[in-house]
Amino acid sequence: MKADLLIQLALTFASLSLMAVGGVVAIVPELHHQVVEVNHWMGNATFAHLFAIAQVAPGPNMMVVSLIGYHLAGWQGLIVATLGFLLPAGCLAAFAGTLISRYEGTWQLAAVRAGLTPVALGLFAAGGVVLCRVADQDGTGIGLSLLGVAFTLALDLNPLWVLAAGALAGTALSAL
Amino acid sequence: MTIGNKDLFVGFLKIGMMGFGGVAPVARHVIVEDRRWMDDKEYAALLGFGQLLPGANVTNMAILLGMRHGGFLGVLAAMGGMLAVPLLVLMAVSTAYSHAASHPVVGHALASMASVAGGVLIGTGLKTARKAKLDRLGIAFAGLGFVAVAGFHLPMIWVLLSLLPFSVALAWRRHKRS
Repeated sequence: MKADLLIQLALTFASLSLMAVGGVVAIVPELHHQVVEVNHWMGNATFAHLFAIAQVAPGPNMMVVSLIGYHLAGWQGLIVATLGFLLPAGCLAAFAGTLISRYEGTWQLAAVRAGLTPVALGLFAAGGVVLCRVADQDGTGIGLSLLGVAFTLALDLNPLWVLAAGALAGTALSAL
Repeated sequence: MTIGNKDLFVGFLKIGMMGFGGVAPVARHVIVEDRRWMDDKEYAALLGFGQLLPGANVTNMAILLGMRHGGFLGVLAAMGGMLAVPLLVLMAVSTAYSHAASHPVVGHALASMASVAGGVLIGTGLKTARKAKLDRLGIAFAGLGFVAVAGFHLPMIWVLLSLLPFSVALAWRRHKRS
């Protein structure tokens, strides 16, 4: 039933939205768990492909959620997934955000930020590792991931360059 | 200065359209240099709030800015502007993907890009951690969160609920003393 799928999509992405402390990347492990392991909406390969498409397409990186919705249930899935992900955190940002911006410059806000940052960073890196684990099927994949790490640490360039280079290299190697 | 709803829409339309490979750098360019809505210091504060709240960072920024200048309609203008073009592009690309996914070259190219993207995310995390200059306690909390999720596959909600209260409480005590 499509209605069941849409409701499930909305609930899944709404709960992910509120867990996204540290941004969208930090919830990649949970997104993968829900979409691939719990609901069996797609396999690892499709999940990795959709993530790659969202990375090179324009727009904020939350678009991966919209893309998953569209892939699963067409334009209705796109709307439900996007709004499901936007509304809970968005309402919090609109109301709580206006409230806390009054505390700018106080030690209390600095303390909360100092407490959130390390956890968010740890989860962000974990998101990267889980994506590598999902996408890397062989030695070439692992090599490409290491290339991505090295490029990012060494250079301050748009990641599109290394993504394009990686796509070329990976495709060429597979044809050998 | 108040930013009109039309201006919010156009500004975020630019951010959404130009944000290939991540919108954060483009957002700064449009907000600070192109539209001159605020200076770098105010922008850093706005981005800080976006990161403090759950959800996508840039989306939160758009909502905060929209709310501040145009209330509910301002939020709609900013979000609509930022998402309009990317959503249309994604629909087109996704439709093409469903037709071409079984083609081996497309599969290899996308899988390779996903591998690289995973590496880029790890690199970005390390780079941000280096800039954040975490103290020993911070490194411990970052490590715990990382190992719990990447190593033990613990559910995100339990990781957050068990780490955040301690991390924030300890930071609170430290900041209160100084």
